[in-house]
Amino acid sequence: MSGFEDFWAIYGNVVLTLGTNSLLALSIWLTLACGMLAMANAAFMGIGAYAAALLTMNYEASFPVALAGGMVAPALVAALIGLPTLRLSGVYLAMATLGFGEVVRVTILNTESLTGGALGLNGIPQLTQWWHVVLAVVLVLLVLWRVRRSKVGRAFDAIRGDETAAGLMGIDVRSTKMLAFVAGAAIAGLAGALNAHLTFFIGPGEYGFDRGVEILTMAILGGIGGLAGPVIGACILTVLPEALRGFSDFRLVVNGLILVLIVLFLPQGIWDPARFSRWLRKGGRRHA
Amino acid sequence: MLELTSLSKNFGGLHVLHDVGLSVPEGAIFGLIGPNGAGKTTVFNLITGLLAPTSGGIAFQGQDLLRRRPHEITRLGIARTFQNIRLFKEMTLLENVVVGAYRHMDYGYASLLLGLPRYREHEARARERAHELLGWMKLDHKANDLADNLSYGEQRRLELARALATEPRLLLLDEPVAGMNTGERAELMREILAIRERGYTILMIEHDMQFVMGLCERIAVLNFGRIIACGGPQEIRANEQVIEAYLGREDDEQAEQAQ
Repeated sequence: MSGFEDFWAIYGNVVLTLGTNSLLALSIWLTLACGMLAMANAAFMGIGAYAAALLTMNYEASFPVALAGGMVAPALVAALIGLPTLRLSGVYLAMATLGFGEVVRVTILNTESLTGGALGLNGIPQLTQWWHVVLAVVLVLLVLWRVRRSKVGRAFDAIRGDETAAGLMGIDVRSTKMLAFVAGAAIAGLAGALNAHLTFFIGPGEYGFDRGVEILTMAILGGIGGLAGPVIGACILTVLPEALRGFSDFRLVVNGLILVLIVLFLPQGIWDPARFSRWLRKGGRRHA
Repeated sequence: MLELTSLSKNFGGLHVLHDVGLSVPEGAIFGLIGPNGAGKTTVFNLITGLLAPTSGGIAFQGQDLLRRRPHEITRLGIARTFQNIRLFKEMTLLENVVVGAYRHMDYGYASLLLGLPRYREHEARARERAHELLGWMKLDHKANDLADNLSYGEQRRLELARALATEPRLLLLDEPVAGMNTGERAELMREILAIRERGYTILMIEHDMQFVMGLCERIAVLNFGRIIACGGPQEIRANEQVIEAYLGREDDEQAEQAQ
């Protein structure tokens, strides 16, 4: 038991970060599954983190209420900014959502009385237990797994494949995209709320451009052809910097090199069901 | 069943359609023909809500289609195929057709998330129907292949099955036999006749004269955005304006003036 305690004392934070990063990668998977390159998830994470932290610190809300608030606040904001921006596609959507992220960051910086501005929020009660994170990941995976196997998941795939054709199949393209965007925001907010109650301190710098790119990288690296992809991507991107500590100064170089190699040789991501079934068929033929 | 009244469409200064009037009766196979660039596909895009007309009206079974979005028009019972095939290439044939059944899967989020009987029943029914429709198009043996791996003619037939899965009353076919060989054409002709026998109304755009004349009871001819003739195959064949539109006038100078 003391072995585990030692392990947890050193790596507990990494293990819990695996969970919150998985949630973030899954949150952007939702919009990517609809063929939307929306880069607002870091901002939604920030909104969730601040909303939940303010609820527990200023209003002494219970933890479940704070988590709910951390999901509802970014979802509402997503519904608002989704109305004009989801008409855009491709890089234009990416630019609009990145712009939104900057707006959120600057707003946090300039509302010092509420958010502490550049100093951030200090002394957030550490309410997040390890099993909260595990439960959140399991629940989100379960919900997304059910969605994928339903008409809604097929609508996502259809919109990603051909938006016009999807509309002519009777799919309400605009509201389906909105659903993916809002649900993604809620999941990102949940990750933010859990993370905030884990780290004691949050600041506006944590939810900027870098974080947005990191979230996208996790999903793309793992692959968006299945739910396992984003989780695998999140794990690799979280663990790799730790595992490479031996390289000391060259750590980030090796880290980047590994990512480039993966993307070069596995362009569809690490978890690619289509590739697996190709392998299976090839193997089957060889045996036959 | 479908009424177009003095429909016009301009793209900037370009008049693509001018005062187009059409009436497709229920149960008919109606052909819309005309030279390249006459505006035929634009007519389809207006009917299905992908474009908004500059002026004029479209009514389907007494309901106004203007200012409705594509998915709403599909839900009223109009389905279409595309001249440049637009399948979901990363999906299997079966999945393509099941997507078409989207609005007929009537279950809410509770049954979806919990996998309640209502969800299972509707999903199973949609699959069954998809297999049946693939059977109509003689594609059922490839149900689990990827759509991307089909031949050109098979892709057109899959698009037709997918359109049928929306359970339409009116089927719009945009050049259904383009790129098919003679054998495939004859086969598709039989299949389209069989579809009509099952109670669907069909409006088709087609270049292949033999195919159109053999299949359609009524034909409208579109040239430079105007309807220049409308009638049975015999009438159309004998119509001088139609012959002129396709073959040109004997006197070339006159033809140039007319343009």
